[in-house]
Amino acid sequence: MTLTRRYRFSASHRLHSAQLGEEENQRIYGKCNNPYGHGHDYVLDVSVSGPLDHATGRIVDLDTLDRVVRERILDDFEHRNMNVDVPAFADIVPTTENVAVEIGRRLREAWVGPFAGTGTQLRKIKIYETRRNIFELSL
Amino acid sequence: MLITRRVEFSASHICRREGASEEENRALYGAAANPNGHGHNYVLEVTLDGTPDPVTGMVFDLKELKEVLNREVVEPMDHRFLNYEVKPFDRLIPTVENVAIEIWNRLAPHFPAHAKLSGIRLFETEDLYVDYAGEA
Repeated sequence: MTLTRRYRFSASHRLHSAQLGEEENQRIYGKCNNPYGHGHDYVLDVSVSGPLDHATGRIVDLDTLDRVVRERILDDFEHRNMNVDVPAFADIVPTTENVAVEIGRRLREAWVGPFAGTGTQLRKIKIYETRRNIFELSL
Repeated sequence: MLITRRVEFSASHICRREGASEEENRALYGAAANPNGHGHNYVLEVTLDGTPDPVTGMVFDLKELKEVLNREVVEPMDHRFLNYEVKPFDRLIPTVENVAIEIWNRLAPHFPAHAKLSGIRLFETEDLYVDYAGEA
């Protein structure tokens, strides 16, 4: 069984690669290259799987999942300028592909302690940058 | 080919573990542990896997699918208090996981091999759902 929990955060970014010239950045990223940045209301779906704990009727402790996502992701991303406020994006363009990789890395890293011995596994994240742009990463 | 039908039902429930303290129940289930209960608008997506019949062009008769969903899920669960009115939740905590397993068990026997139940997705809220396909 897989359980999916939805989280939300609003953040801004600017897509600009230091490895490319002005014109090329403009051509590749278009409006997303606007020097002042712009923002999105991101939606983050986190999917986990695991055996049913018959005593609680749960496959994951939701309180723990919420805490891990809040402490490791939302606290750092919510109402932030990702290029400036999130160190991982100092040298990496915060495309939603790269945001997904960073969030995946953080969740994998955070997973071991709180869910040790529970059999609860991290399966997938899905990030909606807008309703039309959706990125999915298996973990 | 996969075909999915969606139905909705509204029901109330309490998530509390017998023998656990108030504090433990709050830690486990949060606000859902309120002993007086609370409700949700559940959304159920039911997916069948099959090949369209060469004569009818259908994987499964959608009328019949609707009837099965109404009879097995919507009628017994809609506008009910799951813990008090729907078995087995008199003895099983109606978490979204357990409700999904129960719905699967009620539905699976009604579909033939050529249009078998492939999976269900049960949304307890817009922000929480489970996928279940009959696995242990």
